[in-house]
Amino acid sequence: MRHTIVSIISILLGLVAGGILMLFIGSNPIEGYSYLLQGALKNLERIGNTFATATPLIFTGLSVAFAFRTGLFNIGASGQMLIGGLMASAVGLTYDFSRPVLLALMILVGMLGGALWAFVPGLLKAKFNVHEVVSTIMMNWIAYWTVYYVIPGYFKGEFLETESKKLSESATLRTPWLTDMFQGSYINLGLFLGVIAVIIVAFIIDKTTLGYELKAVGFNRFAAEYAGMKVNRNIILSMLISGGLAGLGGVVLYTGNASSIQIGILPAQGYDGIAVALLGANNPIGVFFAAVLFGILYSGTGFMNAMTEIPPELANTIIAIIIYFAATSVLIERSLNKLKKKSSNRKEKSGPVVEKGDS
Amino acid sequence: MSYVVEMLNIRKEFPGIVANDNITLTLKKGEIHALLGENGAGKSTLMGVLFGMYQPEQGVVKVHGKEVHITNPNVANRLGIGMVHQHFKLVDNFTVTENIILGSEPLKGMVLDIDKAAKRIEELSKYYGLNVDPHAKIEEISVGMQQRVEILKMLYRNADVLILDEPTAVLTPVEIEELMKIMRNLINEGKSIIIITHKLKEIKAVADRCTVIRRGKGIGTVNVAEASEASLAEMMVGRHVSFKVDKKESTPLEVVLKIDSLSVKNNRKVMGLKDFSLEVRAGEIVGIAGVEGNGQTELIEAITGLRKAESGSIQIDGNEISSLPVRERLEKGMSHIPEDRHKRGLVLDYTLQENMVLQIYNKKPFSKNGILNKKAMKTYTQNILTNFDVRSGEGAVSIARTLSGGNQQKAIIGRELELDPKLLICVQPTRGLDVGSIEYIHKRIVEHRDKGNAVLLVSLELDEILQLSDRIAIVNNGELVGVVNAAETNENEVGLMMAGVAKEKSL
Repeated sequence: MRHTIVSIISILLGLVAGGILMLFIGSNPIEGYSYLLQGALKNLERIGNTFATATPLIFTGLSVAFAFRTGLFNIGASGQMLIGGLMASAVGLTYDFSRPVLLALMILVGMLGGALWAFVPGLLKAKFNVHEVVSTIMMNWIAYWTVYYVIPGYFKGEFLETESKKLSESATLRTPWLTDMFQGSYINLGLFLGVIAVIIVAFIIDKTTLGYELKAVGFNRFAAEYAGMKVNRNIILSMLISGGLAGLGGVVLYTGNASSIQIGILPAQGYDGIAVALLGANNPIGVFFAAVLFGILYSGTGFMNAMTEIPPELANTIIAIIIYFAATSVLIERSLNKLKKKSSNRKEKSGPVVEKGDS
Repeated sequence: MSYVVEMLNIRKEFPGIVANDNITLTLKKGEIHALLGENGAGKSTLMGVLFGMYQPEQGVVKVHGKEVHITNPNVANRLGIGMVHQHFKLVDNFTVTENIILGSEPLKGMVLDIDKAAKRIEELSKYYGLNVDPHAKIEEISVGMQQRVEILKMLYRNADVLILDEPTAVLTPVEIEELMKIMRNLINEGKSIIIITHKLKEIKAVADRCTVIRRGKGIGTVNVAEASEASLAEMMVGRHVSFKVDKKESTPLEVVLKIDSLSVKNNRKVMGLKDFSLEVRAGEIVGIAGVEGNGQTELIEAITGLRKAESGSIQIDGNEISSLPVRERLEKGMSHIPEDRHKRGLVLDYTLQENMVLQIYNKKPFSKNGILNKKAMKTYTQNILTNFDVRSGEGAVSIARTLSGGNQQKAIIGRELELDPKLLICVQPTRGLDVGSIEYIHKRIVEHRDKGNAVLLVSLELDEILQLSDRIAIVNNGELVGVVNAAETNENEVGLMMAGVAKEKSL
């Protein structure tokens, strides 16, 4: 509850700051925001596109949030997405199974690819105490160059050297009824996968012994060790799950929203996942809504730019400001506390009961 | 008689509770005044009022006979009141001098005049017999020395009234002796001291007067010379407290824990425990006596599986366990009250109910097929909380971090005893607890022994070792000096052995 309020305040403050920026460049913020919203939500097609934009962010947000909850900082979601997307595309371009089998196989190998890419940093952390921030960033670049080599070498596109062949219609997550329902939007089955992932991750974190163990290791690995939990195994397991989620994000991005994979691009969604997780307070439901918000900002910005003088970079600026506010949520909480004290009677102007440590 | 500080009829409320209710405390010039109370009785709150951290709802604070309003710690400092907190507020990689001048740095023109400060600190240190090297780095000096730095910090700021919040909690017996000497030096030089504590022995040794509070209420002030430890304890707890642990003669049965020529490396990668052998039988309490850092940690961590043994064997009921993972050792019927409740004992960000099943969350009824059963966890936890009188804000769903240290400790002990282990390993089980709780915990440990279980006790409090143990193993420098029967020994003999003097004929 408290996190929700802080996140909402961060968003509002970010929007206000964005409005002030619009004023500075001589535009009307109300007009700007109204075009932004229209661009994201004006008709069914745009709504569909907004959700489709949000879908990879749901996965990368979940990936980062899950790792966070278990005390790990996975900055490697980009690389895990790339490998997940690459493996799913490779399967989609190579095999000719019936659609359900093919899609299931693509999703599975995509998840495994991401998991594999996160396994290496997990193993390095568990065995040699290599910090995962360093190793996941390195893995990002290994993924980048792997794709750079594999795509032109084995899956070269028909016209361009820099991207893969297009997946056939039946080998993507797009499905006619969904496309029709949203009037030609590129929304796809990935959204359902995202919702399912949110539910499963929430369930694992809150209700299972696995989540209990992983969180205990994240909060206090010495106590976890004391209680007989296998700390190293849990670190690796947590990275596997986190990477698998990011890998699914790659599947959704490259075989759902798009139908080919480009070389030379490290998907920004991997890094945005960190922002989504932060704004969503590392809570799966929070991640979902944060991803949708980012989807709205990203997909509305084009329309806003077309209708006004406001540059499209403003969306990124607003997101950046929101993240600043969310990251300094301590300040927001502090001012909330002050407000609370002022409104309640003066008696309660003290802080916590007694600050006690070991006594 | 003039008072340096008078706190008259202080009342301080927090939402939901009255932390201080009509408490009066007066401090004479040149006295050591003890403030005594159970865990959570309101001692720290009262001192917080004096130090300007809290504003009282009612009551008057006078300094040198003049009414004052201490609105924040800076005001307190200006009035000559200084406080040494229980957790030191020092920058680890700064020198002593840099720490002391932090916040009131002396300048020579535009630059810091460290040398002048260091010289003054050296003088102060000599004058009060503190023996602190102003150029040493904090991370390189002992905890006792760090505490002296905190005291010096107050003296450097010309404090006349020093508040020491549980100063002995972190000290070894030798350091406690030295601290008491320092306190006497300070009052001889005209300072006045308030010492917050619940250790009666120390009050008797060093304090002139003692003010007792119980559950937020002032019970009274007594001259320490006219009071006994028992009468002070009774004032504090509100009932008669027995100091003698009531226990029958032990009836040792079969060997439960058998350690044979065990060697373990310490954190500095040298042998911290050398060729150590010991047996603990069912139905007896074996105490490990020794000055801190003489191999106790290495021994306990090797038994519990948190540290690798270099050589030697550890057996439970005749089964070798020295290469088993932690969980399998626990499942052999071992349970461990850890030395550091924050590092090992609790996941501070977990609720109490999550902490109470830390070792058994994967067993029925707390989970089934990998799904947690929070209701079962809650019932189980509530039972422990009631039995061990753990006081928390929201019962089983309180976050462990929000409990006071004493209550955290009681929760851990409750958790471990509830497992009904065949071998109970207690390390400093009553650290930070008041006499009432200590009495109860000791009773439970003895009960556990009487049920036919083995108990291995490690404590730095020699009294605790002498009272609880049936046999005492003394360690020095990682080696076993000897094993004595508790009934046939005394403080002097054990003390000598702790210093490394082996007994002629050890049992």
